[in-house]
Amino acid sequence: MAAPRASAARGFDAAQVRRDFPILEQHINGRPLVYLDSAASSQRPLAVLRAVEYYETHIHANVHRGVHTLSQAATDAFEGARERARRFINARSTREIVFVRGTTEGINLVAQSFGRARLGKGDEILISALEHHANIVPWQMVCEQTGCTLKVAPINRRGEVELESLLGLLNARTRLVAVAHVSNALGTIVPVERIVQAAHSCGALVLIDGAQAVAHSPIDVRELGCDFYAFSGHKLYGPTGIGVLYGREELLAEMPPWQGGGEMIRTVSFERTTYNELPWKFEAGTPNISGAVGLAAAMDYLESLGLEALAAHERHLLTQATAAIERLPGIEIIGTAAHKAAVLSFTMRGCHPHDLGTILDSQGVAIRTGHHCAMPVMTFFDIPATARASFGCYNTEADVAALVAALEKAREVFS
Amino acid sequence: MDLKDLYRDVILDHNRQPRNFGVLTHPDAHADGHNPLCGDRLTVWLRLDGDRVADIRFEGKGCAISTASASLMTEAVKGKDRVAIQQLYERIHTLLTQPHVAASDASLGKLAALAGVSEFPARVKCATLCWHTLNAALEHSADAVSTE
Ligand SMILES: Cc1ncc(COP(=O)(O)O)c(C=O)c1O
Repeated sequence: MAAPRASAARGFDAAQVRRDFPILEQHINGRPLVYLDSAASSQRPLAVLRAVEYYETHIHANVHRGVHTLSQAATDAFEGARERARRFINARSTREIVFVRGTTEGINLVAQSFGRARLGKGDEILISALEHHANIVPWQMVCEQTGCTLKVAPINRRGEVELESLLGLLNARTRLVAVAHVSNALGTIVPVERIVQAAHSCGALVLIDGAQAVAHSPIDVRELGCDFYAFSGHKLYGPTGIGVLYGREELLAEMPPWQGGGEMIRTVSFERTTYNELPWKFEAGTPNISGAVGLAAAMDYLESLGLEALAAHERHLLTQATAAIERLPGIEIIGTAAHKAAVLSFTMRGCHPHDLGTILDSQGVAIRTGHHCAMPVMTFFDIPATARASFGCYNTEADVAALVAALEKAREVFS
Repeated sequence: MDLKDLYRDVILDHNRQPRNFGVLTHPDAHADGHNPLCGDRLTVWLRLDGDRVADIRFEGKGCAISTASASLMTEAVKGKDRVAIQQLYERIHTLLTQPHVAASDASLGKLAALAGVSEFPARVKCATLCWHTLNAALEHSADAVSTE
Protein backbone atom coordinates (compact mmCIF):
# COMPACT_ATOMS: atom_id res chain seq x y z
CA MET A 1 0.00 0.00 0.00
CA ALA A 2 1.33 3.42 -0.93
CA ALA A 3 2.08 5.89 1.84
CA PRO A 4 -0.99 7.95 2.69
CA ARG A 5 -1.37 10.85 0.33
CA ALA A 6 -4.09 13.43 0.14
CA SER A 7 -5.85 11.83 -2.79
CA ALA A 8 -5.19 10.76 -6.31
CA ALA A 9 -8.29 12.61 -7.42
CA ARG A 10 -7.02 16.01 -8.43
CA GLY A 11 -8.55 18.98 -6.70
CA PHE A 12 -9.71 17.01 -3.71
CA ASP A 13 -7.74 17.06 -0.48
CA ALA A 14 -9.41 14.52 1.83
CA ALA A 15 -6.81 15.04 4.59
CA GLN A 16 -7.83 18.70 4.66
CA VAL A 17 -11.53 17.84 4.51
CA ARG A 18 -11.06 15.53 7.49
CA ARG A 19 -10.18 18.49 9.68
CA ASP A 20 -13.69 19.82 9.19
CA PHE A 21 -15.02 16.80 11.12
CA PRO A 22 -14.12 17.05 14.82
CA ILE A 23 -15.61 13.64 15.64
CA LEU A 24 -12.95 11.94 13.53
CA GLU A 25 -10.16 13.18 15.78
CA GLN A 26 -10.85 10.63 18.49
CA HIS A 27 -9.36 7.27 19.31
CA ILE A 28 -11.50 4.15 19.55
CA ASN A 29 -10.09 1.24 21.54
CA GLY A 30 -6.74 2.98 21.59
CA ARG A 31 -6.56 3.44 17.82
CA PRO A 32 -7.32 6.44 15.63
CA LEU A 33 -10.93 6.18 14.46
CA VAL A 34 -11.29 5.01 10.88
CA TYR A 35 -14.91 5.72 10.00
CA LEU A 36 -16.10 3.54 7.15
CA ASP A 37 -19.83 3.59 7.85
CA SER A 38 -21.02 6.71 6.06
CA ALA A 39 -23.63 4.72 4.13
CA ALA A 40 -25.41 4.15 7.46
CA SER A 41 -24.90 7.73 8.59
CA SER A 42 -22.27 10.25 7.65
CA GLN A 43 -20.55 12.56 10.13
CA ARG A 44 -21.22 16.29 10.25
CA PRO A 45 -18.72 19.02 9.42
CA LEU A 46 -18.20 22.01 11.70
CA ALA A 47 -20.10 24.16 9.22
CA VAL A 48 -23.25 22.12 9.89
CA LEU A 49 -22.73 21.96 13.66
CA ARG A 50 -22.21 25.73 13.79
CA ALA A 51 -25.20 26.52 11.61
CA VAL A 52 -27.41 24.46 13.92
CA GLU A 53 -25.86 26.01 17.02
CA TYR A 54 -26.35 29.52 15.66
CA TYR A 55 -29.95 28.77 14.85
CA GLU A 56 -30.54 27.32 18.32
CA THR A 57 -28.80 30.16 20.17
CA HIS A 58 -30.05 33.12 18.11
CA ILE A 59 -33.08 32.33 16.00
CA HIS A 60 -35.31 29.56 17.28
CA ALA A 61 -39.07 30.04 17.51
CA ASN A 62 -41.98 28.26 15.90
CA VAL A 63 -42.44 28.88 12.20
CA HIS A 64 -45.33 30.30 10.17
CA ARG A 65 -47.34 31.36 13.16
CA GLY A 66 -46.15 34.50 14.83
CA VAL A 67 -45.60 38.15 14.15
CA HIS A 68 -42.71 38.46 16.54
CA THR A 69 -39.20 38.88 15.25
CA LEU A 70 -37.85 35.45 16.08
CA SER A 71 -40.81 33.68 14.57
CA GLN A 72 -40.20 35.57 11.35
CA ALA A 73 -36.46 34.83 11.49
CA ALA A 74 -37.10 31.12 12.11
CA THR A 75 -39.59 31.04 9.24
CA ASP A 76 -37.03 32.71 6.97
CA ALA A 77 -34.37 30.19 8.02
CA PHE A 78 -36.70 27.24 7.43
CA GLU A 79 -38.02 28.46 4.10
CA GLY A 80 -34.49 29.48 3.12
CA ALA A 81 -33.44 25.89 3.72
CA ARG A 82 -36.24 24.77 1.41
CA GLU A 83 -34.94 27.03 -1.34
CA ARG A 84 -31.43 25.65 -0.70
CA ALA A 85 -32.74 22.11 -1.12
CA ARG A 86 -34.59 23.10 -4.30
CA ARG A 87 -31.34 24.33 -5.81
CA PHE A 88 -29.44 21.27 -4.61
CA ILE A 89 -31.57 18.93 -6.72
CA ASN A 90 -32.62 21.54 -9.31
CA ALA A 91 -36.35 21.30 -8.68
CA ARG A 92 -38.52 23.87 -10.45
CA SER A 93 -40.14 25.27 -7.35
CA THR A 94 -39.98 25.15 -3.57
CA ARG A 95 -43.57 23.87 -3.77
CA GLU A 96 -41.97 20.61 -4.86
CA ILE A 97 -39.79 20.31 -1.76
CA VAL A 98 -41.52 18.61 1.19
CA PHE A 99 -39.53 18.35 4.40
CA VAL A 100 -39.86 14.92 5.99
CA ARG A 101 -37.96 12.95 8.65
CA GLY A 102 -35.95 11.10 6.06
CA THR A 103 -36.12 8.77 3.09
CA THR A 104 -38.36 6.34 4.93
CA GLU A 105 -40.96 8.97 5.68
CA GLY A 106 -40.76 10.37 2.15
CA ILE A 107 -41.54 6.96 0.64
CA ASN A 108 -44.32 6.33 3.16
CA LEU A 109 -45.82 9.71 2.27
CA VAL A 110 -46.07 8.76 -1.40
CA ALA A 111 -47.35 5.30 -0.51
CA GLN A 112 -50.06 6.54 1.82
CA SER A 113 -51.07 9.65 -0.10
CA PHE A 114 -50.68 8.74 -3.76
CA GLY A 115 -50.81 4.98 -3.34
CA ARG A 116 -53.74 4.68 -1.02
CA ALA A 117 -55.85 7.23 -2.87
CA ARG A 118 -55.07 6.27 -6.44
CA LEU A 119 -54.32 2.56 -6.53
CA GLY A 120 -56.65 -0.40 -6.48
CA LYS A 121 -57.17 -3.98 -7.57
CA GLY A 122 -55.46 -4.75 -10.85
CA ASP A 123 -52.88 -1.96 -10.44
CA GLU A 124 -49.21 -2.87 -10.08
CA ILE A 125 -46.28 -1.34 -8.24
CA LEU A 126 -42.88 -2.38 -9.55
CA ILE A 127 -39.74 -2.41 -7.40
CA SER A 128 -36.37 -4.18 -7.76
CA ALA A 129 -34.80 -7.02 -5.78
CA LEU A 130 -32.05 -4.79 -4.37
CA GLU A 131 -34.30 -2.41 -2.45
CA HIS A 132 -33.85 -1.31 1.15
CA HIS A 133 -36.73 -2.39 3.41
CA ALA A 134 -37.83 1.28 3.34
CA ASN A 135 -38.65 0.85 -0.35
CA ILE A 136 -40.37 -2.53 0.09
CA VAL A 137 -42.53 -2.46 3.21
CA PRO A 138 -44.48 0.79 2.50
CA TRP A 139 -45.57 -0.73 -0.84
CA GLN A 140 -46.54 -4.02 0.77
CA MET A 141 -48.71 -2.00 3.15
CA VAL A 142 -50.38 -0.18 0.24
CA CYS A 143 -50.99 -3.50 -1.49
CA GLU A 144 -52.71 -4.77 1.63
CA GLN A 145 -54.78 -1.60 1.91
CA THR A 146 -55.84 -1.27 -1.71
CA GLY A 147 -55.56 -4.73 -3.26
CA CYS A 148 -52.92 -3.68 -5.78
CA THR A 149 -50.02 -6.00 -6.58
CA LEU A 150 -46.29 -5.70 -5.90
CA LYS A 151 -43.95 -6.89 -8.68
CA VAL A 152 -40.21 -7.33 -8.19
CA ALA A 153 -37.61 -7.07 -10.96
CA PRO A 154 -34.74 -9.53 -10.35
CA ILE A 155 -31.03 -8.82 -9.93
CA ASN A 156 -28.11 -10.80 -11.35
CA ARG A 157 -25.09 -12.34 -9.58
CA ARG A 158 -23.20 -9.06 -9.89
CA GLY A 159 -25.97 -7.33 -7.99
CA GLU A 160 -27.24 -5.37 -10.97
CA VAL A 161 -30.94 -4.91 -11.67
CA GLU A 162 -31.84 -7.08 -14.68
CA LEU A 163 -32.92 -4.21 -16.86
CA GLU A 164 -34.51 -6.38 -19.56
CA SER A 165 -36.59 -8.20 -16.97
CA LEU A 166 -37.61 -4.94 -15.37
CA LEU A 167 -38.66 -3.51 -18.71
CA GLY A 168 -40.52 -6.75 -19.40
CA LEU A 169 -42.49 -6.37 -16.18
CA LEU A 170 -43.65 -2.89 -17.15
CA ASN A 171 -47.13 -2.89 -18.63
CA ALA A 172 -50.33 -0.88 -18.78
CA ARG A 173 -51.26 -1.96 -15.24
CA THR A 174 -48.00 -0.59 -13.79
CA ARG A 175 -48.85 2.61 -11.96
CA LEU A 176 -45.66 3.25 -10.08
CA VAL A 177 -42.04 2.13 -10.29
CA ALA A 178 -40.01 2.60 -7.09
CA VAL A 179 -36.26 1.95 -7.28
CA ALA A 180 -33.10 2.86 -5.44
CA HIS A 181 -30.67 5.17 -7.21
CA VAL A 182 -27.79 3.42 -5.45
CA SER A 183 -28.04 0.16 -3.46
CA ASN A 184 -26.92 0.50 0.15
CA ALA A 185 -26.11 -3.20 0.49
CA LEU A 186 -24.22 -3.68 -2.79
CA GLY A 187 -23.19 -0.24 -4.02
CA THR A 188 -24.83 -0.81 -7.41
CA ILE A 189 -25.70 2.35 -9.31
CA VAL A 190 -29.09 1.70 -10.90
CA PRO A 191 -29.67 3.14 -14.41
CA VAL A 192 -32.65 5.18 -13.26
CA GLU A 193 -32.71 7.36 -16.40
CA ARG A 194 -33.54 4.33 -18.55
CA ILE A 195 -36.12 3.15 -16.06
CA VAL A 196 -37.81 6.59 -15.95
CA GLN A 197 -38.02 6.69 -19.75
CA ALA A 198 -39.50 3.23 -20.04
CA ALA A 199 -41.90 3.70 -17.14
CA HIS A 200 -43.20 6.98 -18.49
CA SER A 201 -43.80 5.48 -21.89
CA CYS A 202 -46.07 2.96 -20.09
CA GLY A 203 -47.80 5.74 -18.23
CA ALA A 204 -46.28 4.77 -14.85
CA LEU A 205 -44.84 7.20 -12.34
CA VAL A 206 -41.35 6.76 -10.90
CA LEU A 207 -40.14 7.23 -7.34
CA ILE A 208 -36.39 7.15 -6.78
CA ASP A 209 -34.98 6.26 -3.36
CA GLY A 210 -31.97 8.57 -3.40
CA ALA A 211 -30.74 7.88 0.15
CA GLN A 212 -27.39 6.52 -1.05
CA ALA A 213 -26.99 8.75 -4.10
CA VAL A 214 -27.26 12.37 -3.00
CA ALA A 215 -23.96 12.52 -1.10
CA HIS A 216 -21.95 11.05 -3.95
CA SER A 217 -22.88 12.82 -7.15
CA PRO A 218 -24.85 15.87 -8.28
CA ILE A 219 -28.58 15.18 -8.57
CA ASP A 220 -30.79 16.96 -11.07
CA VAL A 221 -34.38 15.80 -10.73
CA ARG A 222 -35.41 17.56 -13.93
CA GLU A 223 -32.72 15.83 -15.92
CA LEU A 224 -33.64 12.49 -14.31
CA GLY A 225 -37.26 13.20 -15.16
CA CYS A 226 -38.47 11.27 -12.10
CA ASP A 227 -41.78 12.04 -10.42
CA PHE A 228 -40.62 11.60 -6.81
CA TYR A 229 -37.15 11.61 -5.26
CA ALA A 230 -36.57 10.91 -1.56
CA PHE A 231 -33.43 11.38 0.52
CA SER A 232 -32.17 11.76 4.12
CA GLY A 233 -30.12 14.57 5.64
CA HIS A 234 -28.03 12.28 7.82
CA LYS A 235 -26.45 10.48 4.85
CA LEU A 236 -25.59 13.86 3.37
CA TYR A 237 -23.40 15.20 6.20
CA GLY A 238 -26.50 16.81 7.73
CA PRO A 239 -28.55 16.12 10.86
CA THR A 240 -30.79 13.14 11.59
CA GLY A 241 -34.55 13.56 11.58
CA ILE A 242 -34.68 15.66 8.42
CA GLY A 243 -34.96 14.72 4.78
CA VAL A 244 -36.61 15.77 1.57
CA LEU A 245 -39.33 14.36 -0.60
CA TYR A 246 -39.27 15.95 -4.02
CA GLY A 247 -42.48 15.53 -6.00
CA ARG A 248 -43.56 17.07 -9.28
CA GLU A 249 -45.91 19.91 -8.49
CA GLU A 250 -48.80 18.68 -10.66
CA LEU A 251 -48.72 15.37 -8.80
CA LEU A 252 -48.38 16.77 -5.28
CA ALA A 253 -51.19 19.21 -5.98
CA GLU A 254 -53.55 16.35 -6.80
CA MET A 255 -52.50 14.16 -3.87
CA PRO A 256 -54.47 14.20 -0.61
CA PRO A 257 -52.68 15.09 2.65
CA TRP A 258 -51.47 12.07 4.61
CA GLN A 259 -51.33 13.49 8.13
CA GLY A 260 -53.64 16.08 9.63
CA GLY A 261 -52.89 18.83 12.12
CA GLY A 262 -51.43 22.30 12.32
CA GLU A 263 -49.39 23.78 9.45
CA MET A 264 -51.16 21.70 6.83
CA ILE A 265 -54.51 23.50 7.01
CA ARG A 266 -55.83 26.83 5.76
CA THR A 267 -59.11 26.96 7.66
CA VAL A 268 -60.65 24.57 10.11
CA SER A 269 -64.23 24.37 11.26
CA PHE A 270 -66.13 21.36 12.50
CA GLU A 271 -68.06 21.32 9.25
CA ARG A 272 -65.23 21.72 6.81
CA THR A 273 -61.46 22.04 6.73
CA THR A 274 -59.50 23.39 3.80
CA TYR A 275 -55.92 22.43 3.25
CA ASN A 276 -52.88 24.60 2.97
CA GLU A 277 -51.07 24.95 -0.32
CA LEU A 278 -47.94 23.14 -1.35
CA PRO A 279 -45.66 22.11 0.18
CA TRP A 280 -47.17 22.76 3.64
CA LYS A 281 -50.16 20.56 2.87
CA PHE A 282 -47.81 17.64 3.54
CA GLU A 283 -46.10 19.09 6.62
CA ALA A 284 -48.51 18.62 9.51
CA GLY A 285 -47.23 19.77 12.89
CA THR A 286 -44.17 21.76 13.91
CA PRO A 287 -41.33 20.68 11.63
CA ASN A 288 -37.69 19.93 12.40
CA ILE A 289 -36.57 23.51 11.89
CA SER A 290 -32.99 23.22 13.12
CA GLY A 291 -32.66 20.03 11.11
CA ALA A 292 -33.62 21.87 7.94
CA VAL A 293 -31.12 24.61 8.77
CA GLY A 294 -28.40 21.99 9.28
CA LEU A 295 -29.35 20.24 6.06
CA ALA A 296 -29.03 23.49 4.13
CA ALA A 297 -25.58 24.03 5.63
CA ALA A 298 -24.61 20.50 4.64
CA MET A 299 -25.65 21.19 1.05
CA ASP A 300 -23.56 24.38 1.05
CA TYR A 301 -20.65 22.39 2.43
CA LEU A 302 -20.94 19.59 -0.12
CA GLU A 303 -21.14 22.00 -3.03
CA SER A 304 -18.11 23.87 -1.71
CA LEU A 305 -16.18 20.58 -1.88
CA GLY A 306 -17.39 20.03 -5.42
CA LEU A 307 -19.58 17.00 -5.97
CA GLU A 308 -17.79 15.97 -9.17
CA ALA A 309 -14.39 16.06 -7.44
CA LEU A 310 -15.83 14.21 -4.47
CA ALA A 311 -17.29 11.52 -6.72
CA ALA A 312 -13.89 11.06 -8.39
CA HIS A 313 -12.19 10.82 -4.98
CA GLU A 314 -14.62 8.18 -3.75
CA ARG A 315 -14.33 6.23 -7.00
CA HIS A 316 -10.59 6.19 -6.48
CA LEU A 317 -10.93 4.90 -2.90
CA LEU A 318 -13.44 2.26 -3.97
CA THR A 319 -11.18 1.01 -6.76
CA GLN A 320 -8.20 0.93 -4.47
CA ALA A 321 -10.02 -0.78 -1.61
CA THR A 322 -11.60 -3.32 -3.96
CA ALA A 323 -8.21 -4.26 -5.42
CA ALA A 324 -6.57 -4.50 -1.99
CA ILE A 325 -9.33 -6.58 -0.41
CA GLU A 326 -9.67 -8.92 -3.37
CA ARG A 327 -6.07 -9.95 -2.88
CA LEU A 328 -6.76 -11.21 0.65
CA PRO A 329 -7.44 -14.94 0.85
CA GLY A 330 -11.02 -16.01 1.53
CA ILE A 331 -12.58 -12.64 0.74
CA GLU A 332 -15.61 -12.56 -1.49
CA ILE A 333 -16.95 -9.22 -2.65
CA ILE A 334 -20.74 -9.13 -2.69
CA GLY A 335 -21.88 -6.69 -5.35
CA THR A 336 -19.61 -6.46 -8.35
CA ALA A 337 -21.72 -4.26 -10.61
CA ALA A 338 -20.00 -2.47 -13.46
CA HIS A 339 -21.16 0.83 -11.97
CA LYS A 340 -20.79 1.19 -8.21
CA ALA A 341 -20.66 3.99 -5.68
CA ALA A 342 -18.72 4.23 -2.41
CA VAL A 343 -19.94 0.91 -0.95
CA LEU A 344 -17.90 -2.26 -0.56
CA SER A 345 -19.75 -5.30 0.81
CA PHE A 346 -17.86 -8.54 1.41
CA THR A 347 -17.58 -11.76 3.35
CA MET A 348 -14.49 -13.55 4.69
CA ARG A 349 -14.39 -17.34 4.65
CA GLY A 350 -14.31 -18.82 8.15
CA CYS A 351 -15.10 -15.52 9.84
CA HIS A 352 -18.72 -14.45 10.27
CA PRO A 353 -19.38 -10.76 9.44
CA HIS A 354 -20.39 -10.18 13.04
CA ASP A 355 -16.99 -11.38 14.25
CA LEU A 356 -15.32 -9.29 11.57
CA GLY A 357 -17.17 -6.21 12.81
CA THR A 358 -15.97 -6.77 16.38
CA ILE A 359 -12.38 -7.40 15.35
CA LEU A 360 -12.27 -4.36 13.08
CA ASP A 361 -13.78 -2.23 15.85
CA SER A 362 -11.01 -3.37 18.19
CA GLN A 363 -8.63 -1.88 15.62
CA GLY A 364 -10.55 1.41 15.54
CA VAL A 365 -12.16 0.60 12.17
CA ALA A 366 -15.94 1.21 12.10
CA ILE A 367 -17.79 -0.78 9.47
CA ARG A 368 -21.37 -2.03 9.28
CA THR A 369 -22.19 -5.71 9.51
CA GLY A 370 -25.55 -7.38 9.06
CA HIS A 371 -28.25 -7.52 6.43
CA HIS A 372 -28.23 -3.75 5.84
CA CYS A 373 -32.03 -3.62 5.89
CA ALA A 374 -31.99 -5.56 2.64
CA MET A 375 -32.85 -9.10 3.71
CA PRO A 376 -34.02 -10.12 0.22
CA VAL A 377 -30.54 -9.24 -1.10
CA MET A 378 -28.94 -11.50 1.53
CA THR A 379 -31.37 -14.29 0.64
CA PHE A 380 -30.51 -13.89 -3.06
CA PHE A 381 -26.80 -14.31 -2.35
CA ASP A 382 -27.58 -17.05 0.20
CA ILE A 383 -25.67 -15.37 3.02
CA PRO A 384 -26.90 -14.25 6.44
CA ALA A 385 -25.01 -10.98 6.38
CA THR A 386 -22.09 -9.07 4.91
CA ALA A 387 -19.44 -6.73 6.22
CA ARG A 388 -19.72 -3.35 4.53
CA ALA A 389 -17.19 -0.57 4.29
CA SER A 390 -18.50 2.68 2.85
CA PHE A 391 -16.64 5.84 1.93
CA GLY A 392 -17.26 9.53 2.33
CA CYS A 393 -15.52 12.84 1.71
CA TYR A 394 -13.26 12.48 4.76
CA ASN A 395 -11.87 9.04 3.93
CA THR A 396 -8.31 8.72 2.75
CA GLU A 397 -5.99 6.08 1.36
CA ALA A 398 -4.73 5.67 4.92
CA ASP A 399 -8.25 4.54 5.89
CA VAL A 400 -8.17 1.91 3.15
CA ALA A 401 -4.79 0.74 4.45
CA ALA A 402 -6.19 0.53 7.99
CA LEU A 403 -9.13 -1.52 6.74
CA VAL A 404 -6.84 -3.98 4.99
CA ALA A 405 -4.57 -4.26 8.04
CA ALA A 406 -7.58 -4.88 10.30
CA LEU A 407 -8.85 -7.59 7.94
CA GLU A 408 -5.45 -9.25 8.11
CA LYS A 409 -5.73 -9.13 11.87
CA ALA A 410 -9.12 -10.86 11.65
CA ARG A 411 -7.64 -13.60 9.52
CA GLU A 412 -4.87 -14.04 12.07
CA VAL A 413 -7.40 -14.45 14.91
CA PHE A 414 -9.46 -16.93 12.91
CA SER A 415 -6.62 -18.79 11.21
CA MET B 1 -10.60 -4.24 24.98
CA ASP B 2 -8.60 -7.33 24.24
CA LEU B 3 -9.57 -9.54 21.33
CA LYS B 4 -7.81 -12.52 22.86
CA ASP B 5 -10.16 -12.21 25.80
CA LEU B 6 -13.18 -12.61 23.53
CA TYR B 7 -11.79 -15.10 21.06
CA ARG B 8 -10.16 -17.48 23.54
CA ASP B 9 -8.76 -20.72 22.23
CA VAL B 10 -11.73 -22.68 23.60
CA ILE B 11 -14.12 -20.43 21.68
CA LEU B 12 -12.17 -20.65 18.45
CA ASP B 13 -11.91 -24.42 18.81
CA HIS B 14 -15.63 -24.90 19.42
CA ASN B 15 -16.39 -22.57 16.50
CA ARG B 16 -14.20 -24.54 14.13
CA GLN B 17 -15.35 -27.92 15.40
CA PRO B 18 -18.69 -27.56 17.11
CA ARG B 19 -19.57 -30.53 19.35
CA ASN B 20 -22.94 -32.28 19.13
CA PHE B 21 -23.50 -30.62 15.77
CA GLY B 22 -26.10 -32.00 13.40
CA VAL B 23 -29.64 -33.33 13.45
CA LEU B 24 -30.80 -35.52 16.33
CA THR B 25 -33.11 -38.20 14.99
CA HIS B 26 -36.36 -38.91 16.85
CA PRO B 27 -36.05 -35.99 19.27
CA ASP B 28 -38.54 -35.49 22.08
CA ALA B 29 -38.43 -31.75 21.61
CA HIS B 30 -36.83 -29.14 19.44
CA ALA B 31 -36.91 -25.37 18.89
CA ASP B 32 -35.63 -22.82 16.39
CA GLY B 33 -33.88 -19.64 17.45
CA HIS B 34 -33.21 -16.55 15.37
CA ASN B 35 -31.33 -13.35 16.00
CA PRO B 36 -32.61 -11.04 13.25
CA LEU B 37 -29.96 -8.42 13.98
CA CYS B 38 -27.09 -10.55 12.70
CA GLY B 39 -28.98 -13.32 10.96
CA ASP B 40 -27.88 -16.06 13.37
CA ARG B 41 -30.12 -19.13 13.16
CA LEU B 42 -30.05 -22.16 15.36
CA THR B 43 -32.03 -25.34 15.95
CA VAL B 44 -31.73 -27.35 19.18
CA TRP B 45 -32.97 -30.95 19.46
CA LEU B 46 -33.44 -32.81 22.74
CA ARG B 47 -33.97 -36.37 23.84
CA LEU B 48 -35.41 -36.45 27.33
CA ASP B 49 -35.26 -39.07 30.02
CA GLY B 50 -37.90 -37.94 32.44
CA ASP B 51 -36.73 -34.56 33.60
CA ARG B 52 -33.19 -35.07 32.37
CA VAL B 53 -31.65 -34.13 29.01
CA ALA B 54 -30.38 -37.49 27.81
CA ASP B 55 -29.08 -36.16 24.51
CA ILE B 56 -28.85 -32.81 22.82
CA ARG B 57 -27.70 -31.69 19.38
CA PHE B 58 -27.79 -28.42 17.50
CA GLU B 59 -27.35 -27.06 14.04
CA GLY B 60 -27.19 -23.54 12.74
CA LYS B 61 -25.41 -20.72 11.02
CA GLY B 62 -23.94 -18.04 13.15
CA CYS B 63 -20.93 -16.10 14.32
CA ALA B 64 -18.12 -17.66 16.34
CA ILE B 65 -19.61 -16.58 19.65
CA SER B 66 -23.03 -18.03 18.91
CA THR B 67 -21.64 -21.29 17.49
CA ALA B 68 -19.14 -21.82 20.29
CA SER B 69 -21.65 -20.92 22.97
CA ALA B 70 -24.12 -23.47 21.58
CA SER B 71 -21.44 -26.13 21.33
CA LEU B 72 -20.27 -25.53 24.92
CA MET B 73 -23.87 -25.50 26.10
CA THR B 74 -24.64 -28.91 24.62
CA GLU B 75 -21.65 -30.39 26.44
CA ALA B 76 -22.59 -28.72 29.70
CA VAL B 77 -26.29 -29.62 29.87
CA LYS B 78 -26.15 -33.22 28.73
CA GLY B 79 -27.27 -35.38 31.65
CA LYS B 80 -28.62 -32.46 33.68
CA ASP B 81 -32.22 -32.02 34.76
CA ARG B 82 -34.34 -28.93 34.20
CA VAL B 83 -33.60 -27.35 37.56
CA ALA B 84 -29.86 -27.76 37.14
CA ILE B 85 -30.05 -26.35 33.60
CA GLN B 86 -32.02 -23.34 34.77
CA GLN B 87 -29.46 -22.69 37.51
CA LEU B 88 -26.63 -23.03 35.01
CA TYR B 89 -28.30 -20.58 32.63
CA GLU B 90 -28.67 -18.03 35.41
CA ARG B 91 -24.98 -18.33 36.20
CA ILE B 92 -24.10 -17.93 32.51
CA HIS B 93 -26.27 -14.86 32.31
CA THR B 94 -24.43 -13.35 35.27
CA LEU B 95 -21.12 -14.24 33.63
CA LEU B 96 -22.13 -12.42 30.45
CA THR B 97 -23.55 -9.33 32.08
CA GLN B 98 -21.86 -8.99 35.49
CA PRO B 99 -18.48 -10.63 35.05
CA HIS B 100 -17.14 -9.42 38.40
CA VAL B 101 -19.90 -11.15 40.29
CA ALA B 102 -19.32 -14.34 38.35
CA ALA B 103 -15.52 -14.31 38.46
CA SER B 104 -15.28 -16.74 41.32
CA ASP B 105 -17.81 -19.21 39.90
CA ALA B 106 -15.56 -22.21 39.37
CA SER B 107 -18.49 -24.52 38.64
CA LEU B 108 -18.88 -23.12 35.14
CA GLY B 109 -16.02 -25.18 33.80
CA LYS B 110 -15.35 -24.61 30.09
CA LEU B 111 -18.31 -22.25 29.85
CA ALA B 112 -16.17 -19.72 31.71
CA ALA B 113 -14.42 -19.13 28.38
CA LEU B 114 -17.40 -16.93 27.48
CA ALA B 115 -16.42 -14.40 30.16
CA GLY B 116 -14.83 -12.10 27.57
CA VAL B 117 -18.20 -11.51 25.91
CA SER B 118 -19.23 -9.22 28.76
CA GLU B 119 -16.81 -6.62 27.48
CA PHE B 120 -18.65 -6.59 24.15
CA PRO B 121 -22.28 -5.73 25.01
CA ALA B 122 -23.33 -5.95 21.35
CA ARG B 123 -22.35 -9.62 21.38
CA VAL B 124 -24.14 -10.83 24.52
CA LYS B 125 -27.17 -11.81 22.43
CA CYS B 126 -24.96 -14.01 20.27
CA ALA B 127 -23.98 -16.02 23.34
CA THR B 128 -27.48 -16.28 24.80
CA LEU B 129 -29.37 -17.29 21.64
CA CYS B 130 -28.68 -20.99 22.20
CA TRP B 131 -29.86 -20.83 25.80
CA HIS B 132 -33.13 -19.15 24.84
CA THR B 133 -33.59 -21.79 22.17
CA LEU B 134 -32.87 -24.61 24.62
CA ASN B 135 -35.38 -23.10 27.00
CA ALA B 136 -38.01 -23.02 24.28
CA ALA B 137 -37.31 -26.64 23.41
CA LEU B 138 -37.62 -27.60 27.06
CA GLU B 139 -40.99 -25.93 27.19
CA HIS B 140 -41.91 -28.14 24.24
CA SER B 141 -42.58 -25.03 22.32
CA ALA B 142 -42.32 -25.57 18.60
CA ASP B 143 -42.47 -21.82 17.97
CA ALA B 144 -39.39 -19.96 16.85
CA VAL B 145 -37.92 -17.82 19.60
CA SER B 146 -36.22 -14.55 19.01
CA THR B 147 -33.63 -12.59 20.95
CA GLU B 148 -34.99 -9.30 19.62
C1 LIG C 1 -31.15 2.86 -0.01
C2 LIG C 1 -31.77 3.33 1.26
N1 LIG C 1 -33.07 3.62 1.29
C3 LIG C 1 -33.66 4.08 2.40
C4 LIG C 1 -32.98 4.24 3.58
C5 LIG C 1 -33.69 4.73 4.80
O1 LIG C 1 -33.21 5.97 5.18
P1 LIG C 1 -33.65 6.61 6.57
O2 LIG C 1 -33.41 5.58 7.62
O3 LIG C 1 -32.77 7.80 6.72
O4 LIG C 1 -35.09 6.99 6.43
C6 LIG C 1 -31.62 3.94 3.60
C7 LIG C 1 -30.85 4.05 4.86
O5 LIG C 1 -30.20 3.15 5.32
C8 LIG C 1 -31.00 3.48 2.42
O6 LIG C 1 -29.70 3.18 2.41
